[in-house]
Amino acid sequence: MIRIIDLYKSFNGQAVLDGINLEMPTGKITVVIGKSGVGKSVLLKHIIGLLRPDRGQVLIDDVDVTQLRGRKLQELRRRFAVLFQGGALFDSLNVFENVAFPLKEKTKLPEAEITRRVHERLDQMNLSPEVAFKFPDELSGGMKKRVALARAMIQEPEIILFDEPVTGLDPPMSNTVFHLINKTHDDSGYTALVVAHDLPEVFQVADYVAMLHHGRIIAYGTPEEIQHHQDPKVQSFIKGEVDFLED
Amino acid sequence: MVTFIRHLGRWLLNWVQEAGAMLLFLLQGLALAFVPPFRFRRLLQEINLIGVKSTLIVLLTAAFTGMVLALQGYYTLRKYGSEGALGSAVALSLIREMGPVLTALMVSARAGSAVTAEIGIMRITEQLDALDTMAVNPMQYVVMPKLLAGLIAVPLLTAIFDVVGILGGYLVGVVLLGVSSGSYFSGMVQSVVPLDINGGVVKSLVFGLTIITVASFKGYYTEHGAEGVSRATNQTVVLSAVLVLAWDYILTSFFM
Repeated sequence: MIRIIDLYKSFNGQAVLDGINLEMPTGKITVVIGKSGVGKSVLLKHIIGLLRPDRGQVLIDDVDVTQLRGRKLQELRRRFAVLFQGGALFDSLNVFENVAFPLKEKTKLPEAEITRRVHERLDQMNLSPEVAFKFPDELSGGMKKRVALARAMIQEPEIILFDEPVTGLDPPMSNTVFHLINKTHDDSGYTALVVAHDLPEVFQVADYVAMLHHGRIIAYGTPEEIQHHQDPKVQSFIKGEVDFLED
Repeated sequence: MVTFIRHLGRWLLNWVQEAGAMLLFLLQGLALAFVPPFRFRRLLQEINLIGVKSTLIVLLTAAFTGMVLALQGYYTLRKYGSEGALGSAVALSLIREMGPVLTALMVSARAGSAVTAEIGIMRITEQLDALDTMAVNPMQYVVMPKLLAGLIAVPLLTAIFDVVGILGGYLVGVVLLGVSSGSYFSGMVQSVVPLDINGGVVKSLVFGLTIITVASFKGYYTEHGAEGVSRATNQTVVLSAVLVLAWDYILTSFFM
């Protein structure tokens, strides 16, 4: 269980997270929706300890991430994987080396076993074996996302954080990526946080949905509950209504 | 006037703050060289990037520097009938001063800018964050091998610069202008003492560390996307060139 309690963060005096309270149940996919720039990625970076809050707690099985430093934080991060918005694949490594990277760095598995696992993951993401020798700049946006997902999955983490997993992809590829998230979640049962603004596609993968607005969670529930939520801001966002005067 | 003093004070405070942050960055990077894993393969990759790939530009600069030193030196020494001292003039100028400084400036322009751009792009595309989330220390994986490579590669490039510069001087002084080959080399052997060579080595070590520290620091703390990378790269080249020249004065005053 991941619990966020009263989390505040501001940049240059401007509050981005203004008292976030949120629970992400173990083994479920929680999706945080909200307009671009409301602080969804900032929230995600607090969960993995890449950013420190002004105040508040991020509890992972009752361990407060905000209080961890150095080796203890590194140990906690071994339970995580993150799929970054642009994939964050290492430019200097080819696809095989990128996917194998966490295993080579953090395990003592023999080379043959690493190779087997990498090819298994690439196959799971519908990527042909020839892709393994390409470099990130030779891949399409959708392929980069799938390679990044393969890298995130390779160590079979307990928790995966997805930062805008389909931003910049065409609708068929977005559906493919959401399908892969669903499939890998069914296979592995990890706990997931997805931050996204792609509606209604995100409802395909969500067990729970939270809406972030002006630094606060203004709605939380199952996809059905959110779709029928009474708050006009939630309805306006779901329907994609033009909102020139807001902010 | 008050506004000017306020701006000057703020500028000075920022400068001191950045210098302190850079020093801590350097110390942290070097300390990580003694913490496993030791990343020998990454070190070799960085020596290739910073050292081997700078060799051509260093060779060209060295050859022309040696040639122009011999040309200038010959016509100056001829006025006093001392053409025989050409070898020692070329060698001392190169070993004490021109070799370390020009090598450092070339490395800063070629490899320093490349290091900043590489790390800066890693920052804005979240590759450094990705390392962090995989429990791999980005300072140890990315920065530390570059610092060590700077320490190893720049003195070696400086040695190459000195040798090629002396040969360039030989080409102009002996082959083209007719100075005797024996006096060119014997003057050099008599006048160059170990202190000159040690001074050059110390300078090149300091310059190498300075350039790669500035380049890595500027890249590591890049902000604001592609424009930020461009600005950081520019700052690296300017700041490391100024620091190399400032260090050169300080170290020269120690070795004189």
